[in-house]
Amino acid sequence: MSSGDQPVPRPGRPRIPHGATVAAVHLRVSFLNELQYRSNFFLQIMQSVLQAVSGLVVVALVFAKTTELNGWDRSELLAAVGVFTVVGGILRTFVQPPLSKMVDEVQEGSFDFTLSRPVDAQLLVSVREISMWQLIDVAVGMIIIAVATPDLPSELSITDIAVFLVMLAAGAVIAYCLWLALACSAFWVVKPPYMDNLFYYVARAAQYPISIYPTWLRISLTTLIPLGIAVTAPAEAITSRLSWATAATIAAVTLACVAISRTLWTRGVRRYSGASS
Amino acid sequence: MADVAAVRPAEGAIRSWVALYRSVIRNSMMNSLQYRANTLVDTVLMAAEPVVYLMVWQIVAREQGGEVDGFTPGRFAAYYVTWALVRTFTQTGNPKNWERAIQEGRMSGLLMRPIHPVHQDLGLWLGFGAVRAAMWIPVGAVLFVAFRPDYDTNLLQMAVFAVAIAMAMIIRTLLNALVGFAAFWVIKIGAITSVLSTVELLTSGRLVPLELMPAWAQDISWALPFRWAFSFPIEVLIGPVSTIEMLTGLAMQAGWLAGICVLLRLVWSRGVRRYSAVGG
Repeated sequence: MSSGDQPVPRPGRPRIPHGATVAAVHLRVSFLNELQYRSNFFLQIMQSVLQAVSGLVVVALVFAKTTELNGWDRSELLAAVGVFTVVGGILRTFVQPPLSKMVDEVQEGSFDFTLSRPVDAQLLVSVREISMWQLIDVAVGMIIIAVATPDLPSELSITDIAVFLVMLAAGAVIAYCLWLALACSAFWVVKPPYMDNLFYYVARAAQYPISIYPTWLRISLTTLIPLGIAVTAPAEAITSRLSWATAATIAAVTLACVAISRTLWTRGVRRYSGASS
Repeated sequence: MADVAAVRPAEGAIRSWVALYRSVIRNSMMNSLQYRANTLVDTVLMAAEPVVYLMVWQIVAREQGGEVDGFTPGRFAAYYVTWALVRTFTQTGNPKNWERAIQEGRMSGLLMRPIHPVHQDLGLWLGFGAVRAAMWIPVGAVLFVAFRPDYDTNLLQMAVFAVAIAMAMIIRTLLNALVGFAAFWVIKIGAITSVLSTVELLTSGRLVPLELMPAWAQDISWALPFRWAFSFPIEVLIGPVSTIEMLTGLAMQAGWLAGICVLLRLVWSRGVRRYSAVGG
């Protein structure tokens, strides 16, 4: 250790990699890793299509009996199912696998090795283990949206599409923060909740735009589980019903979620005591 | 679960079976009670799915002037509240557990025991299901107050329901094992399970009450096991249901159970010969 004010350059050691480089390398490795299992690609296509079918069957059955669902007509709800599929695909690709792995590591104590790497640990746990094939869900969801859009009652403008993409990104960030916060519970409790089950159930609840629900449920879905927003906001954008006030609220919620989850993360890491050595 | 191996069904058949199941069930109940917070969270969240379906259909019923194909909001509530109970009790893992046991070589350990591994699985899920069904009571109470279900139930229906839900649970567990044993032949059973789970979702009454499906879809569901392992107990409890319908349902359950047992024996005896593992 040098005692001077100036950091002493150490020529023999490689420079600590920048966060973006680390992320890029991990993404590349995940990508190559998944390419090894090409049959999974076809398996995933089948699973994504089957999953979308079950969502579409509900829409078909509901609209066989009625013409609108609390102000959402058939094509609008179809677009919403598409958005749900897209958001779900993003979560299953980028959020669920790495955070499940993190929870396992914290429980087993191998999280030591993650913490000891010279890069922000939250970044590291978030970019490992990307399930690339799940992106097929995103494609399937986009197809559903594309099929639904010509029938939408209001014409789509470029602004609508741009706002839709921004809301989609905001939704993904909110969902990521929520999952990170849940995963952080592993720092405090011995047996954290079964992440995959939680994911499944909450995703079911957020399957339809929350505005079709009664007020009390709408409030609890948006405040307790902001995931409702993650799906509803882009769905509202693509059906031209998103107001600027809502968009601003969502921006605020997104920032709040980022701040809260980061605080939870830093506190959690400080609590982590390791199980090995 | 180490003490399970000590019980030998060969000697004093019935008594040792009872002892075997009792110890497996007790173990599993203790395990799920040890992590009771988790079990409770799981049970509460499991109610999210039917509540979503229920809301959607209640809205549809109201918009259609009070009912859809004979289902009033109260009837939908009865259907989906019972749905939550049946699902809680009959949620018995996943065929992938068997796939993992076979791939990771854990099956070797199970094969060393003097009982068929399916019995242990069944006991495990019975114990787990019992704990979860008990934890479901407060959840059910909340759903009752919130949605005011409209039941048409008598004592006979309750008795038949108890039998039907138990049978449904056994059928699902054995069916999972049957599908899981495909892993003796193929490396990944994901393709099989994803097709089957979609068929189950659509034909079991999980997505919507089968009465709302088109007639041809109802016919298909009649011929498949999934309806008898899910929708049937619900229909019995919420009524109205005739004695003939109840007897038919129980007979279908018994028939499917027998058929699955036969298939399971066949698949097991052939599959286990193909099994090989190092260590485990």
